[in-house]
Amino acid sequence: MEELGIRIGKGAEADLYRREDKVSKVRISKAYREPLLDQHLRRTRTRREARLLSLARRAGVATPYVTDVDNQTFTVEMSFVPGEQVRRLLPSLTREERRELCIRIGEAVGKLHSANIVHGDLTTANMILHRKRIYFIDFGLGGISDAVEDKGVDLLVFKKVLHSTHYRYEEECWEGFVEGYSNTYRNSAETLERLRVIAKRGRYFPERA
Amino acid sequence: MEEITCLGIEGTAEKLGIGIVTSSGRILANVVRQQALKAQAGIHPREAAQHHAEHVPQVIRAALKKAGISLEDIDLIAFSRGPGLGPCLRVAAVSARTLSLSLGKPLVGVNHCIGHIEIGRLLTEAEDPLTLYVSGGNSQVIAYDSGRYRVFGETLDIAVGNCIDQFARRANLGNPGGPIVEKLARKGKYFPLPYVVKGMDLSYSGILTAAVEALNKHPVEDVCRSLQETVFAMLVEVTERALAQTEKDEVMLVGGVGVNRRLQDMISLMAEEHGAGFYVPPRDVLGDNGAMIAWLGVLMYRSGVTHELMDTTVIQRYRTDEVEVKWRS
Ligand SMILES: Nc1ncnc2c1ncn2[C@@H]1O[C@H](COP(=O)(O)OP(=O)(O)OP(=O)(O)O)[C@@H](O)[C@H]1O
Ligand SMILES: [Mg+2]
Repeated sequence: MEELGIRIGKGAEADLYRREDKVSKVRISKAYREPLLDQHLRRTRTRREARLLSLARRAGVATPYVTDVDNQTFTVEMSFVPGEQVRRLLPSLTREERRELCIRIGEAVGKLHSANIVHGDLTTANMILHRKRIYFIDFGLGGISDAVEDKGVDLLVFKKVLHSTHYRYEEECWEGFVEGYSNTYRNSAETLERLRVIAKRGRYFPERA
Repeated sequence: MEEITCLGIEGTAEKLGIGIVTSSGRILANVVRQQALKAQAGIHPREAAQHHAEHVPQVIRAALKKAGISLEDIDLIAFSRGPGLGPCLRVAAVSARTLSLSLGKPLVGVNHCIGHIEIGRLLTEAEDPLTLYVSGGNSQVIAYDSGRYRVFGETLDIAVGNCIDQFARRANLGNPGGPIVEKLARKGKYFPLPYVVKGMDLSYSGILTAAVEALNKHPVEDVCRSLQETVFAMLVEVTERALAQTEKDEVMLVGGVGVNRRLQDMISLMAEEHGAGFYVPPRDVLGDNGAMIAWLGVLMYRSGVTHELMDTTVIQRYRTDEVEVKWRS
């Protein structure tokens, strides 16, 4: 890959570069990790991300277009999505707007789950609002699965982000999310029930076998 | 403010700890006692509680002797209210209530996990760290924000220390397994095991099963190495993600698993890449201990918290973010 463009960000696992209307996400090597594991994670996540971005769009969820994948440099090139990260946006909204937005997030996740796409890192940092559409990014931890358990964990990740990061409006956001999710996904009740079971299961102090 | 002296009782799991700490942060004593572990068994909550009940008086005496003070010099009693194993928690609570009543001194019940963080802040240079807390019963990534310690990531099933210990028992390596696995891992070769990260949460039960099965095909050193590399890389990854998100510039490692040199090195490398400081408290306060309970007792008492005897019920699933952190606001 030639010029990547200017660096616009450094995520936890990747560097992001922008050139005109393209973004290159480069999964960088981690010195702390066993080299074989490092390679394996970067390779599988790069592939997975490219694949799921396309599948998600086919399922009716807004995502950037993948324009190139380079498995040698662990790079996914995609269209640049202008707009605002939902994480930064949420605090500036009114209560009603927040609810509205979370309903739409719920609907999008409902569409993903209807297509058996599990996102794997459903945080508000991985959603960008652009022209009234919510773009989903960062699918590297995701997968294809019809297991209730996997979808339940997806929901748990989102719920916990609300709890740790958006604690001031956790409840209204969650309610909105559940509304949108339930209206869109046929097996929502079962998944929400599983979420409750998973949340109870591990929490802090399982009996130590 | 006048200096006060607090006696803290830790008893959430297999360790019984009595610590004596002053309000200026001097640790006068920190005595930890533990039941000899059987080679093949995990912690039995009622047996551990029995052990604690039998040893409380003697360990308190030992701590007072170490501190060179007598019971009358104690101004405040603190105990670990949770999270932990019910029977063990109740022994700590009953002992603390009894002491408080007989001495006529105030009583504070504290959150064990926050105890780990606060003793770390006392004894290292870290001021506002992102904390990775890893032990036999807990694996959490925690950061302070607006009056609470918020949990960014945690295990969805078993704790990392529990995963390693259970593996060691099934591999007949002895008990507790952590130090033995660490040693064997240095001589082993890595091969892939399942790696399970969900957002900032972790899952260890599948890896445990896979590692035990791998013993049929791989030398034990290789399994130890692979297990360690996998479970620690997962911890570092979620810590890194939380670090990027919270934008803290310090990382602190606490909890019993924190003594592992490989884990320390990995976190330290990660912190360096982000230009963040890396901190580990001294070994004697890394694992469960009474000094951390006493110190958190002091902090809470100084911020206006005491508990009436009626409010000192134990909380087995005491959440880190339930506690109002008045002393930091
Ligand atoms: N296609 C895109 N268009 C515009 N901005 C983007 C795009 N992709 C990523 N970004 C920005 O870069 C940030 C990091 O991207 P991404 O989440 O994919 O990387 P990451 O390293 O996996 O992140 P982390 O591990 O920290 O969650 C995003 O939060 C977003 O702000
Ligand atoms: Mg991201």
